[in-house]
Amino acid sequence: MIDKIVLRTFTEKLGKTTLRGVEELGYSIALLVESFYWLLFGFRRRQAVKLPPIFAQMMHIGIQALPIVTILAFAIGMMLAIQGIATLKTFGAESQVVLGIALSVTREFSPLIIGILVAGRSGSALAARIGTMQIAQEIDALRVIGISPVRYLVTPAMVAMLIMLPSLTFFADLVALLGGGVYSSLELGMSLQAYADRTIEVLKVEDITQGLYKSLVFAVIITLVSFVNGFSVTAGAEGVGKATTRSVVLSITYIIIADMVFTFFLTH
Amino acid sequence: MTNQTETQASAAIKVEDLVTHYGSTRILDHVNMQVNTGEIMVIMGGSGSGKSTLLRYMLGLHQATSGSIKLLGHDITKISSQEMDDLRKNMGVSFQGGALFNSMTVGQNVCLPLHEHTTLDENTIQIMGRMKLSVVNLGGFDDLMPAQLSGGMIKRAALARAIVMDPKLLFFDEPSAGLDPVAAAELDDLILRIRKALNTTIVVVTHDLDSTFRIADRITVLDKGKILMIGTVEEVRNSDNERIQSLLNREARHVEINADEYLKELTGQKE
Repeated sequence: MIDKIVLRTFTEKLGKTTLRGVEELGYSIALLVESFYWLLFGFRRRQAVKLPPIFAQMMHIGIQALPIVTILAFAIGMMLAIQGIATLKTFGAESQVVLGIALSVTREFSPLIIGILVAGRSGSALAARIGTMQIAQEIDALRVIGISPVRYLVTPAMVAMLIMLPSLTFFADLVALLGGGVYSSLELGMSLQAYADRTIEVLKVEDITQGLYKSLVFAVIITLVSFVNGFSVTAGAEGVGKATTRSVVLSITYIIIADMVFTFFLTH
Repeated sequence: MTNQTETQASAAIKVEDLVTHYGSTRILDHVNMQVNTGEIMVIMGGSGSGKSTLLRYMLGLHQATSGSIKLLGHDITKISSQEMDDLRKNMGVSFQGGALFNSMTVGQNVCLPLHEHTTLDENTIQIMGRMKLSVVNLGGFDDLMPAQLSGGMIKRAALARAIVMDPKLLFFDEPSAGLDPVAAAELDDLILRIRKALNTTIVVVTHDLDSTFRIADRITVLDKGKILMIGTVEEVRNSDNERIQSLLNREARHVEINADEYLKELTGQKE
């Protein structure tokens, strides 16, 4: 009897979770399509996407994140150099550390770390803002004024993310390479000039663009997950908290999975 | 007399046979009503009667299961989203909590519809915004943030935003909720003044009886998703319907328990 109840509860829960997953996926795709619709055709309906909210989002997502991005990227570059030199020393191949740093920073670490950072910093802020607006009926107010919430809220954030995430990733590439260079020059007695020359020699344009493409995908993931969770808030302040946490956890999970899939296809 | 008025006057809002569901639960059950141009219609009913739901459907925030809702002659269950957006320029809504945008000043809130829907220059927009704020006795408050206002002031600022485009239809969701009696009475006066000045058709959803009797031309009484009665203040007051009388006399509801349904509810088998 108890087994039956447990099985029924489990099946019901699984069914509900699956249904919610499919629903959210469909909603995300609709949101993605609609946000680009407003960007491209909004003017036709006399609801063009305006620049000031895009710039405001770019400030928040990108410019204000620069100090923390600098610290993180520099630390990651140094960490890779420390690990690389220590590991390669066992083979007597420390000089190859430049190649290791250059490739892992541009292809993997910069986009991934920036993606995770922005998901935690700006994704959570977006989900909390939208959730609060939802419970205060501000989203309804937008709709009854005749302003599409997608055009007014989602599109500016989407555009800002798509511009700022690759920009931050490229900036992080440079800072992380510098971090690696500083440690390498101290440890191996290599000049920064020689490190830079060697980095330019081993790096191909594709290595950098691979990271930038990834960051574009992460930008879409963060924006959609944040808005889907924000818009779905129903249960007061507690709901806002839950939606914020959920959006950060889901964004990071999807980013890491997408990164793995992306890396597989790009290296084959 | 009422029927005569109804046929003579043009309908600003006409709800026909509206049925709505929340999940599998039926919320509104074949609702029919009409609000005439320039009239103040108060929709009243107890908690869970479906009055707020009816308002949300009239605002086009949800898709009805069946039936039609005509606003200014347009059936909002059938028109395109673009037509709906155009129609919304003729509608103003004052939500229960005000729903002012917290990240904007009071002035920016009031001017937002003008910025979005008109090509007026900034100066004109500012002047029009300040004019509407002074209509609701909030002149000089345009630089404050919503968080700095009292409950009554938030409602009045929301009203200023609702009337900034001089709408033909004005909707209020629980205007007196959370207000002290004096602030509630002031808001009632404001509603009457606006109707007089703009000849706006006004729909008010409320459970506040004092307010209802002060402002209503006609009253729609809802109960469990169905219309109990539509009539003038006098007609509703004199109604011998038991539910209406208990609503007017603030009597507790007598809950009838059906043994079979209660058992189903307890065992979680309720459809």
